[in-house]
Amino acid sequence: MTEFWQWIYELFPWFDGVFASIVIILIKAMALVAPLMLVVAYFTYAERKVIGYMQLRIGPNRVGPKGWLQPIADAFKLMTKEIIFPSKANIYLFLLAPVLAIAPAIAIWAVVPFDEGMYVANLDISLLYVLAIGSVGVYGIILAGWASNSKYPLLGALRSASLLVSYEIVIGFALVTVVMIAGSVNLNDIVMAQKGGVLNWYFIPLFPMMIIFFISALVETNRAPFDVVEGESEIVGGTHVEYSGMTFAVFFLAEYANMIFMAVLAVILFFGGWHSPFGGIAYLGAGFSWVPGIIWLLAKSTFFMFLYLWIRATFPRFRYDQIMRLSWKVFLPWTIVWIFVVALMTQFKIGPWF
Amino acid sequence: MNSEQIIFYIFSFWFIASSLAMIFSRNAAKAVLFLILAFFSAASIWLLLEAEFLAITLILVYVGAVMVLFLFVIKMLNIDKSTLRAKFAGYLPLGLLVAAIIVTEMAMVLGYNQFGLGVMAAPARHGADYSNITVLALQLYTDYIYSFELAAVLLLIAIIAAITLVHRKEVNRKGQSISEQVKVQAKDRVRLVSITPKNKENK
Repeated sequence: MTEFWQWIYELFPWFDGVFASIVIILIKAMALVAPLMLVVAYFTYAERKVIGYMQLRIGPNRVGPKGWLQPIADAFKLMTKEIIFPSKANIYLFLLAPVLAIAPAIAIWAVVPFDEGMYVANLDISLLYVLAIGSVGVYGIILAGWASNSKYPLLGALRSASLLVSYEIVIGFALVTVVMIAGSVNLNDIVMAQKGGVLNWYFIPLFPMMIIFFISALVETNRAPFDVVEGESEIVGGTHVEYSGMTFAVFFLAEYANMIFMAVLAVILFFGGWHSPFGGIAYLGAGFSWVPGIIWLLAKSTFFMFLYLWIRATFPRFRYDQIMRLSWKVFLPWTIVWIFVVALMTQFKIGPWF
Repeated sequence: MNSEQIIFYIFSFWFIASSLAMIFSRNAAKAVLFLILAFFSAASIWLLLEAEFLAITLILVYVGAVMVLFLFVIKMLNIDKSTLRAKFAGYLPLGLLVAAIIVTEMAMVLGYNQFGLGVMAAPARHGADYSNITVLALQLYTDYIYSFELAAVLLLIAIIAAITLVHRKEVNRKGQSISEQVKVQAKDRVRLVSITPKNKENK
């Protein structure tokens, strides 16, 4: 990469300073966001197909060969639909809400290390950045509920706000254990600390934390079985009842971008990020060394994205008070206990992780 | 002006503008949103001061949790604006006096004579490998460990106090016994009976 930029500098000597760095960051951001939107589109297709097969249906199969063009058709449909504004809704906040939902969902990707040295920004505190920006995403839902001037969105927003605030604590505690082992809040360093084979990944010492993190990620992204925010059978469509056309599509994009991000974050924190699982093994490790790291990262996160769909097709929806109990009375004590366990493990250097 | 100064002035402008907008906006929800914008601008200014941990914590704690609860409360309460603004003119002289006193005091304490570049030199820039969070953690957990722990205990006491205030006698409180719900078996709730259909023609 550095030779490439060197070549660019020699070719265009005026391409330097603040202007150049802004242009480079913009190019990097576009190279990240464009494939992300494509993945989001085909993730919705995968969701409909996978859940369809699990329920002995075929799923979308009309548009294009085997329904491959379905997401494109959906996008065009949503773009051409009319945006309806509820009467007496607060128009500014009504339109601001989708923006506040999608902006953090995309901004959070800035710190994701896809491969060694492949990131938009290498922050010293990228894990805290992830937590902070992730917590800002809740405003999209809260504002959508409040600005719609309607009962069901308000109920959905109230549920969402309390759920997100309680599960942020659980996620924070689960991440503290990762930080304690890795000794850094930089996602890059956390992945580098898991260098080596599958035995060096953090899901082994932190297995309960991995489970808790993934379940909390389901809650944070409002996915089944914790989708009380939308809860079709209870509050119609939750926060986006009043949204139509492109405004709804933006919420949809934000939700799926968040889901994919949580899958990637689980891989980075607990499953060695871009490292190959055959790292320390004699012949297998060398045999697979040609595979680029980003392929490993994407392959591992695809499994977690599949888990989202699998769980959605399997479990019935939780009741609201059950979700709250799960957070405060089950997960929170577990995470606190495991912080002490990890502290002891770190102190006495048990296992190959420290 | 170099680029850093331009960024500083942009964020300072947003900081002041959003703070003023927060005070003067008539809608409580909009006021909260302007306060959030003010927090973001303050966090950006802290980032320019290389205090990235404080900046992120400001967003994480205040924007991510405290302001969410503010919005939560505003949605639950139906704030009557007319009663709030009824005695505005009556309180105006007193309010202006208090404001003037506060501004004067702040100007005397925080003015150029106390915090200007002549009194306090600009801090030296650290290299790219300087980690704010490591330095802060070392300070907190070695030099200031007792005050840090004391603050934590104080917060814990505050939490317990708040919960005891809310948790009074159990009057009319409905709740589920979760352990009973978890222990329930299918045979306790569902009775399966096999009924031989009387009408056999409809096969």
